Amino acid sequence: MRTILVILKKEFLQIFRNRAMIPLIVFMPLFQLLILSNAATYEIKNIKFNVVDLDQSYFSRELVSKFTASNYFILNESSFSVEKSLESFKTYDARLIVYIPKNFERDFRTSGKSEVQFLINAEDASAAGIINNYAVNITRQYNSEIVTKSSVIPEKTSLININYSNWYNPELDYTTYMVPGILVALVTLIGSFLSGMNIVKEKELGTIEQLNVTPIKKYQFIIGKLLPFWIIGIAELIFGLNLGLYIFGVPLLGSPFLILLLASVYMFVVLGIGLLISTVTHTQQQAMFIAWFFMVLFMLMGGIFTPVESMPDWAQTIAYFNPIAKFNGAMRMIMLKGSQLKDVVPVLNFFAVYAVIIMSLAVWRYRKTE
Amino acid sequence: MGENHIISVKDLTKKFGSFTAVDKITFDVRPGEIFGFLGANGAGKTTAMRMLCGLSIPTSGKATVAGFDVYRQTESIKKNIGYMSQKFSLYEDLTVKENIDFYGGVYGLSRERRKEKTEFLIDLLKIEEARNKLIKSLPLGWKQKLAFSIAIIHEPKIVFLDEPTGGVDPITRRQFWDMIYEAADRNVTVFVTTHYMDEAEYCSRVSMMVDGRIAALDKPEKLKEQFGVGTMHEVFVKLARPAA
Repeated sequence: MRTILVILKKEFLQIFRNRAMIPLIVFMPLFQLLILSNAATYEIKNIKFNVVDLDQSYFSRELVSKFTASNYFILNESSFSVEKSLESFKTYDARLIVYIPKNFERDFRTSGKSEVQFLINAEDASAAGIINNYAVNITRQYNSEIVTKSSVIPEKTSLININYSNWYNPELDYTTYMVPGILVALVTLIGSFLSGMNIVKEKELGTIEQLNVTPIKKYQFIIGKLLPFWIIGIAELIFGLNLGLYIFGVPLLGSPFLILLLASVYMFVVLGIGLLISTVTHTQQQAMFIAWFFMVLFMLMGGIFTPVESMPDWAQTIAYFNPIAKFNGAMRMIMLKGSQLKDVVPVLNFFAVYAVIIMSLAVWRYRKTE
Repeated sequence: MGENHIISVKDLTKKFGSFTAVDKITFDVRPGEIFGFLGANGAGKTTAMRMLCGLSIPTSGKATVAGFDVYRQTESIKKNIGYMSQKFSLYEDLTVKENIDFYGGVYGLSRERRKEKTEFLIDLLKIEEARNKLIKSLPLGWKQKLAFSIAIIHEPKIVFLDEPTGGVDPITRRQFWDMIYEAADRNVTVFVTTHYMDEAEYCSRVSMMVDGRIAALDKPEKLKEQFGVGTMHEVFVKLARPAA
């Protein structure tokens, strides 16, 4: 016990003597929340679009006005040539071209069928998907309007009206959606990067050799090394959670203690990953790259930025074993849905098993004697 | 192993793949001895020392240190030895006081004992003004003397020193050796590797390693007699030449 206390004291002295540490701990969550929660959004507004209206009819003008009247689209230019209009794609002046062919209105009135074409810049595939969605919705809405208004084809087409109601995040506020994810990313970074680098630093400086020749026991060393980052991680989560609640106005429907319970078990998983990385590397540079490799994979596949449900099956299988995805899901459940302990028990069990496996691996890999 | 041997080594070997770093070395060290462990770079000194400290498991052969087996009782060995490596072992971002306190605590000294030791060492090394200074701000000579003092803070039976005086000036080296003598007077066995042949003259007995083997082992004056030369330097050159 004394040995562990002595190591803890030394670690805290070193961590807080490092000038970069305190600003990092305070400002990292602040900036990440501030920037990412406002910048990373699935919603796209102010999409510039071009119109090629060869019909110049009442219908065609009304359709275009439906686009401009929405919050999403801004008219960039109107022309009579698709080729000319496509120039705007190259300069990024427009991302969508609405092409209305000749006889758009006449065809509709005579045969009840007419066509428009959307040309979408699909460099960014997910943005293209969203733009397409908006455009289709606007057009469909207009379609139902003219069908009901014009008695041209009465009751030939029956339409199903869809009413939307967004649960758990009614205003589709992306800050609300992003904050839990960013908090997850934050504690993950502290747990895996900082702990791993800290141990490897002793290797780099050669002080690990001195420790290995003392009677320090393996468990004492590991507890002494990891506990500080467990404490810092949890403290950071509490700090970030408060920022989220009081500055960003994110709701917390569930219990904050449930979040802390989950996080305290989750930290063992990431600390284990950090320790494991430190046992297979010799320099901080190596540790950094390996940690980075795994974190990028885990983060991008963790559902923080893109929904796991939209990944292909094989990726969802991988995501199933991704602790970040699990924690992220559980955080959103508790914060936005107010999930209870019974709802997150499977996640807790998963973390416990994961922590035991990864810690065993790491402890087994860490050797005082070669 | 005889009663009066604190380190006893027989046919100790360490192989890394097909390379034999230490090749069947055999020797004994008596309590209170200053045992010099000499050899050119890459002769296998550090590897041999790491096995004796319990940092590295031998490939074959036998050895006991303070009565403990180097295969099975490495952790018991660690309680009874001090170690100072060529790579500097104090924490640069901790103060003198914090370093003493940390290593004292790691060796299980009580809080009061650590305080006493801190005062004692600061007084002994005459570094009162550096008490609360970070190690990185101290001159190399001070650091090495402090590192040695910390290596024997728990009053071990044996202290292993791996090139402890690398890079320091002759006066500091002399002072360092005074500290080694004081430790030996308190019946601490000193096992030291060095490149400086004048330091070899200070040892009770000296072993010369060449290519992983012990090429010669005796008192410095006996070795000089045996090779018909005047200094340890010449002994070293004669022995090490075939390897070069």
